[in-house]
Amino acid sequence: MSAKRQFRIWRGDETGGDLQDYMVEVNEGEVVLDVIHRLQATDAPDLACRWNCKAGKCGSCSMEINGKPRLGCMTRMSTFGDEETVTVTPLRTFPVIRDLVTDVSFNYEKARETPAFAPPADVAPGDYRMQQVDVERSQEFRKCIECFLCQNVCHVIRDHEENKQAFSGPRYFIRAAELDMHPLDARTDRKEYAQAEQGLGFCNITKCCTEVCPEHIKITDNGIIPMKERVVDRRYDPLVWLGSKIFRRGETPQTSVTTARQGSASLPGTSRGGVHSHAGGSHDPQAEAQAQSGVNWHREVPHPTAPAVDDRGRLPLTELTFDRAAAPSPFGDDVTFPMPPEHLNFAHPDQDDKH
Amino acid sequence: MTTTTRIERHHYDVVVIGAGGAGLRAAIEARLAGKKTAIISKSLFGKAHTVMAEGGAAAAMGNVNSRDNWQVHFRDTMRGGKFLNNFRMAELHAKESPQRIWELETYGALFDRTKDGKISQRNFGGHEYPRLAHVGDRTGLELIRTLQQKIVSLQQEDKREFGSYDARIRVFSETTITELLLDGDRVAGAFGYYRESGEFILFEAPSVVLATGGVGRSYKVTSNSWEYTGDGHALALRAGATLINMEFLQFHPTGMVWPPSVKGILVTESVRGDGGVLKNSEGKRFMFDYVPDVFRKQYAETEEEADRWYTDPDNNRRPPELLPRDEVARAINSEVKAGRGSPAGGVFLDIASRRSAEEIRRRLPSMYHQFKELADVDITAEPMEVGPTCHYVMGGVEVDPDSGAAFGHVRGLFAAGEVSGGMHGSNRLGGNSLSDLLVFGKRAGGHAASYADGLTARPKVAVDAVEAAVETALAPLQRDTGESPYTLQQDLQVVMGDLVGIIRREGELADALVRLAELRERVAKVSAAGGRRYNPGWHLALDLRNMLVVSECTAKAALERQESRGGHTREDYPAMEPKWRQVNLVCSLDGDSVRLTRKPLPKMRPELISLFDRAELAKYLTDEELADFDASVADAGEADNR
Ligand SMILES: Cc1cc2nc3c(=O)[nH]c(=O)nc-3n(C[C@H](O)[C@H](O)[C@H](O)COP(=O)(O)OP(=O)(O)OC[C@H]3O[C@@H](n4cnc5c(N)ncnc54)[C@H](O)[C@@H]3O)c2cc1C
Ligand code: SF4
Ligand code: SF4
Ligand code: FES
Repeated sequence: MSAKRQFRIWRGDETGGDLQDYMVEVNEGEVVLDVIHRLQATDAPDLACRWNCKAGKCGSCSMEINGKPRLGCMTRMSTFGDEETVTVTPLRTFPVIRDLVTDVSFNYEKARETPAFAPPADVAPGDYRMQQVDVERSQEFRKCIECFLCQNVCHVIRDHEENKQAFSGPRYFIRAAELDMHPLDARTDRKEYAQAEQGLGFCNITKCCTEVCPEHIKITDNGIIPMKERVVDRRYDPLVWLGSKIFRRGETPQTSVTTARQGSASLPGTSRGGVHSHAGGSHDPQAEAQAQSGVNWHREVPHPTAPAVDDRGRLPLTELTFDRAAAPSPFGDDVTFPMPPEHLNFAHPDQDDKH
Repeated sequence: MTTTTRIERHHYDVVVIGAGGAGLRAAIEARLAGKKTAIISKSLFGKAHTVMAEGGAAAAMGNVNSRDNWQVHFRDTMRGGKFLNNFRMAELHAKESPQRIWELETYGALFDRTKDGKISQRNFGGHEYPRLAHVGDRTGLELIRTLQQKIVSLQQEDKREFGSYDARIRVFSETTITELLLDGDRVAGAFGYYRESGEFILFEAPSVVLATGGVGRSYKVTSNSWEYTGDGHALALRAGATLINMEFLQFHPTGMVWPPSVKGILVTESVRGDGGVLKNSEGKRFMFDYVPDVFRKQYAETEEEADRWYTDPDNNRRPPELLPRDEVARAINSEVKAGRGSPAGGVFLDIASRRSAEEIRRRLPSMYHQFKELADVDITAEPMEVGPTCHYVMGGVEVDPDSGAAFGHVRGLFAAGEVSGGMHGSNRLGGNSLSDLLVFGKRAGGHAASYADGLTARPKVAVDAVEAAVETALAPLQRDTGESPYTLQQDLQVVMGDLVGIIRREGELADALVRLAELRERVAKVSAAGGRRYNPGWHLALDLRNMLVVSECTAKAALERQESRGGHTREDYPAMEPKWRQVNLVCSLDGDSVRLTRKPLPKMRPELISLFDRAELAKYLTDEELADFDASVADAGEADNR
C-alpha cells in the first residue's frame, strides 16, 4: 500500500535557501525519517539530515515538521491527512549548517559549563546506597536524549541571541535539578548556581519546553518550578531577608530594600525590576517613547523577566494553583493579536544604517 | 594534489576513534594517565550506538542473588560463546565488571535499586542469576551519558588548571576517520574529514585506540544505525592487523517486524526476562520444543515450572524463552518456515496476558513507548510481532587480552568494544557487551597511554600517505559516471541478507563471494553527487569500501567453517564439531584481497577449566582434550592427597 505524497523540504545553508517540493512514495507504517531516506536514495542524494537509532532513543533527528519541533523517526506519516503537504524545516533556533542539519554546539557549551556530579568524599565505590524512590526523581531527568527540542522552542534562546551568554536553557535546568535531587551529590548549591549562572530567572514558565519533550519529561513542573520555589524560599523571601537584617542584635536594619530580587541583580533580566512575564510587549518607558514616535528600528528588545514573588515570598504560579488548565501564553497574557506594527521589534537589515 | 598543506593538523598522545562506551572509557583512562587525548566520533557527542542498549550491563555483584560471583559469570560467558571465547578475556571481564559498574556510580550514574539500596540486577538470557545492572530499559543511555559527563568533569578540571576545557581531552564530533597512517610498522596518526564542512583533518599520534563498534549496516534487517559500517575493522586490516571470528554474527531473536519501515528495530530481551513468552500462530509456547541437549539441564520442561521460576528461581528451572539468543533466533526462524508465523512474518511475543498493564508500563517504559509510537500497538493489550534482526558482530580485531593491543604486524594500535574480537566467542550473552566496553575500554586506554610513554621518538606521518588519503577521499565526488552509493549499499545488503544470513549453505556462500567481487569493482567506481559540506551521499560512498571488505571476511570465514556454532549456522553442517572449537579463523589483508588462515585457540588454564563439570565439557571438547582434562584433574587430586 503505497501512495505518492507531497513533501516540502528546506534546502540550503547559512547563506540562504528555500523550500523545495518533492513527490515521494510513502508506504504504510512509515515515519517522516523513512521518507527522507527514500529521497536521499532517489531524488536528493546529498540531502543532509542527522539520524542514528530510528527509534527515538538518540535524539539526533530533531527537525520541524509542519512547524512543530519533532523527532523525524517518531512522526508517523499516518498522522497527516492523505492530501496534506508535509513541510520539513531545520530547527529554527540554531544556525543552519546545511538542509536539516543545524549547529547545536551552543548546547554542548552549556553542558560543559554545568558543574559535574561531585562524588561524596567518604563513600567508596560499591558502597553507594540509595532508595529507589529517591533515585527516581533524578532518573526522570536522566531520560533526556538531548534532542534539544526544548532548547529550540524556548523563547529566551530563540528570540534573543544576546541571552545565549547568560541562559543555559531547559535542558540544563533539568541537569541542575537532577544533580540537586541526586541523593549523594556532595554539592549543595545547585539551585543557587542555576539562578546565578544558568539564568533560571529568565524562565517565565511558559511550559513550551515540556510540551515538545519527546521523553515526556515534566521539565517545568518537576524541574524548573521546584528549583525556582526553593531558591525563593532560601534567598529571596523578603521577610526572611528583612528578618535576618532587623533582628540580628546590635545591627542597624538595612533600609534600601526595594525589590525582593536584589540577590540576583547581576542578571540583566531582573535588574530592571519589571514584573512582566512575557517577552513581546515592552513597558520600558524609553522604548515605549521610541515606539510612539515611530522610531522602532533600533527598539531594544525587552528582556524577559521572572514574575515577582508574592507576599509569602513564593512565585505566584505553580502549575497546581494556576487559574487555567493549559499553559499560559508564551507571549504573556496582556498581549493581544494582531499586535500594532509599532510594537513589533523587527529590525530591517537594509534600514539599519539610516539611523 | 598539493592540498596537504592546508589540512588542519593536531598532535595528541592518544587518539581514540569512537565515542561509544568503549571509546569514552578508554579516553578517560588515557587522560587520567596524563596523556593528551582526542576522542573522534562520526555523530554528535553522546549519540553513539551505546545509547541504544536497553537491557543492562552484566556484572556479578551478587546484589540480588548472593550466590553469584565471577566464576559463575565466567562459566555463563563461556557457555554462551560455545567455548570459543578467548578464555582470558572472559576471565578478566567476569572479574573486573563489578568494579567498572561501581565506578560509574562515582561518576554520577543512577541505576535502579534493590530494597536495601544496592544496584538492582535483572535476569537475562544465558545468565544463571539476575546479573544485569539496569536503568529501566535505557541502560545504554545512562552509561553513555555518565561517561560523557565524566569527560566534561575532567575538562572542567583542566579548565581550572590550564584555562582551557580542551587542554588535555578534546572531543571531535561529526568527524570520520578514513585512514590510519603508519611509520613503518608503527601507528603515526589518523586521517579523516569533518562531516560538517568536508574539510580534512590529520591527527598525529603514536597510539590509536579503535572503538568504532560493529558492522550491521551491511544487512537490511538490522538494529544497527548508519554508523555501523565496519570502519574500525577495515582500518585495522589496512594497517596490518588481523580480524578473528568474523563468521559469527548475532541475530537478535526479537526485532520488530511490523511496520516494514521499522523492521529490525530491537525489542529488548527484558520483555522475556520480565515474563513475556513467545507463541506461534497456533498460540503454542513453542520454545519448549527447541531446548538443545547442552542446555537441557538448566531449562524448564513444563509451562508451570517455567512460570514458577519468575518468583522462585532457586527451586525451578528457567523458561526456555531465556535460552541464548542464537537458539531463540533459530527457533523463530524454523517456526516461520514451518508456516506457523505471524501475519508479518514473525512470531508473537506476549506480555499483555501475563503482567498487569501498570507493571508493564513501569518495567518496560521505552518498549511501551516504542510500540505505541512506531507501530500503534499497545503492548499492555496485545502481543507484539517479532523476528530475528542482525544485531552484533562477535568477530573483530584480534587483540592481546590484557592490553587490547592489536595482533598482526602493527604497533601502537589498540581495540576495545564491539570492534574487538575474542571475548564473546561464537555468541555474545545479552548484557555482556556494556560491561565489556568498560572493562576493555579502560584496559586499552591505559595501555595505549603507557605505550606512548615508552616511545623514545614519535613516529612520523609521511606526506605522500596523506596525499593518497586525500585523493581517495575526494575520488567519489570527482567521478560523475559511477553508480549511486545508495544503490550499491542496497545491493550489498541483498547479497549479505540472502546469502550470508542466519542460515548458511555452501553454494550460497560461494555465490556471495563472487557477487562481492563484482560489487568491489562497482564500488571502486562509485560517484557521489553534490559538494563536500555535510553530504551524506559522499559519506556513504566512502564507507562502502569498509563495508565491502568486512563482508568479504564474513563470507570467507563462513564458507570455511564447516559446522554450526553460536552465531554461525550451516544448514549443510548442522552439528557443533569439537574439532572446530580448537580453531580460530583469522583474516588479514594481502594487498587488496582478504586472506584467511587457521589458528589454534589458546588453551584454558587448569583452574579455569575445572570450574566446569566433566559432563558439560564432554559436549564441547575433543576426546584428546578430555583425556588431558582427566589427567590434570587426577594430578590435582594427587597433589591434594599428598
Ligand atoms: C538496539 C541495541 C540494543 C542493545 N542492547 C544491549 C544491552 O542491553 N546490553 C549490552 O550489553 N549490549 C547491548 N547492545 C550492544 C551494545 O550496545 C554495543 O555492542 C555497544 O554499545 C558497542 O559499543 P562501542 O563502544 O564498541 O561502540 P559504539 O557505541 O557503537 O560507538 C562507536 C563509535 O565509533 C564511532 N565511529 C565509527 N566509525 C568511525 C570512523 N570511521 N571515524 C570516527 N568515528 C567512528 C561512532 O561515531 C561511535 O561514536 C545493544 C545494541 C543495540 C544495537
Ligand atoms: S518554561 Fe518556557 S521560558 Fe522556561 S525554559 Fe521552558 S520554554 Fe524556556
Ligand atoms: S529535556 Fe526532553 S526535549 Fe529537552 S533535550 Fe531532553 S529529551 Fe529533548
Ligand atoms: S534517529 Fe534517534 S531519535 Fe530519531
